[in-house]
Amino acid sequence: MNVMAAQRWNFWGGTITALTVVWAILWAFPLYWGVISSLKPDDEVVRPYIELWPETPTLENYIDALTTTQIGLWYINSVAVAVGVTVITIFTSMLCGYAISQLRFPGRIALWWLILASFMVPISALIINHFVLVANLGLINSWAGIMLPQLIHPVIIIVYKQFFDQVPKDFREAAVMDNASEFGILFKIYMPMNWGVTTALSIVCFIWTWNAFLWPFLSVTRTEMMTITVGITQVNDAFGVYYARQLSAAVLAGLPVALAYLFFQRRVTEAITLSAGIKG
Amino acid sequence: MLRNSRTERLVALVLVGPFLAIYLLAFVYPTVQMFRISFTDAPLIGAGQWVGLENYLRLDNDPMFRRALWNTAYFVLMTVIPGTLIALLIALGVSRLKGRFQAIVLALFFLPYILPVSVVYLIWDWTLNFQFGIAMHVLDWLAIPRVPVFKSRVWFLPAVAGVTIWWTAGFSILLFLAGLRSIPAEIYEAAALDNSTRWTTFRRITWPLLWPITSLVFTIQLILQLKIFDQVYLFSIGGRPNDNMVLVYYVFQKAFQQNQGGRAAAVAVTLFVLVVVVSVLQFQLLRFAERRRR
Repeated sequence: MNVMAAQRWNFWGGTITALTVVWAILWAFPLYWGVISSLKPDDEVVRPYIELWPETPTLENYIDALTTTQIGLWYINSVAVAVGVTVITIFTSMLCGYAISQLRFPGRIALWWLILASFMVPISALIINHFVLVANLGLINSWAGIMLPQLIHPVIIIVYKQFFDQVPKDFREAAVMDNASEFGILFKIYMPMNWGVTTALSIVCFIWTWNAFLWPFLSVTRTEMMTITVGITQVNDAFGVYYARQLSAAVLAGLPVALAYLFFQRRVTEAITLSAGIKG
Repeated sequence: MLRNSRTERLVALVLVGPFLAIYLLAFVYPTVQMFRISFTDAPLIGAGQWVGLENYLRLDNDPMFRRALWNTAYFVLMTVIPGTLIALLIALGVSRLKGRFQAIVLALFFLPYILPVSVVYLIWDWTLNFQFGIAMHVLDWLAIPRVPVFKSRVWFLPAVAGVTIWWTAGFSILLFLAGLRSIPAEIYEAAALDNSTRWTTFRRITWPLLWPITSLVFTIQLILQLKIFDQVYLFSIGGRPNDNMVLVYYVFQKAFQQNQGGRAAAVAVTLFVLVVVVSVLQFQLLRFAERRRR
């Protein structure tokens, strides 16, 4: 490459980098704006000009949101449901993925194809019959009712199966020779090997469940049983036109997942690319 | 090697059992029921009479169903293609950056994806608020008349599509970045030695090698957006949902607001079939592309 070409290359490269950075800042700006607005007192929020930093920052909106709505209860519901779904889904999927990968039993191939096929089915088409099912079980307005239809994540089994497939068969055979119990093999040998995947999948499963809207919205009719993602949209009346209070509730609802992402950035991105069928 | 296959089967049953129980109860059974009640006049809860294909035949003359179908198609068109292209552009930009700096810029693009839809709704409802939204100040400054975006029939779906691209682009960007990383650096070095221009390099190397990822992103987006409900429902609060009717919303309205389980199920089956057909097509397309590359 001659000098001219190299210079041209660098000039355009620099421009593209600068544009990317500016774009990123603009992209994230609405998030910043939402957070900043939630820290402004009522009269400042509605000023007819752009104020990028609150003149008198205040937590008043947060205190209002926490005391005048049932946001505390919604938090408890969201945590309970998200933890419940994550623990049950990860545990059952891991066991199932292990069995399909390592054991030979009748119906194994059929089960695998069934799981692959269910990947294509739109869960949101099933809302009517999920509702009928949960209502017949008497679980409307309960944590179990919010959780049940959300326990179906075929992709987690698929990822586990692929990971167990990569473990050399000798591992299992040696352990079987040593008379190790089947469960001992799974929990003492295979699980520790997949610890990274388990953490990554658990974090995204938690985030997915926390963020779920349609089903929690349908299966709960009583305000005190709502999850936080539904609650903050259903009780606008309580806020009136207090935008800042609504935004502070939004910040409270988004904070746990945003923090989970920022703390475990690498794990989250790993799990998300894995769940799309790409080895990260 | 000798295997005690009876114990193995028993262990397999114990391991598969919990998942299978949940799967049959919460997935297979509701799916079968959905097809079954779509041939009846059942209300949301309770039994109905067998009516054959009537629920499906009615859809043919149902203007609201037609609107839902059109709006869904329109929404898909406005999100999937622009969304894929924007994500690709961003990924190309981000992939040039290095280390910690790249992580920070990527996080700025990715953060919206991690947030619940209701938070996305509240943030954009505020940003585009007709009276106080910051976007309206910008419009004033550009001397463009303000638009009540989510109350306007013309602007509603394009605006929701824009918000949806903003919300979901992070996911596609991540997949594109993974794809870009898997292209060997030597190919680019060879291109640089040949004094290949940036555009030629992209057209001859990046784009063809990235094609499997592009089609993956495209179909994941397509399937996701066919199921659009949350954003349309939320932005329609206090507005006119019937103007912005989409398929899942129609299922919701028929079943939960008009108590017509059977008719709603017929709409749900339509959506179901639509998504399965797209998925199968995507699967065949990928297989075809793979065979051609060999």
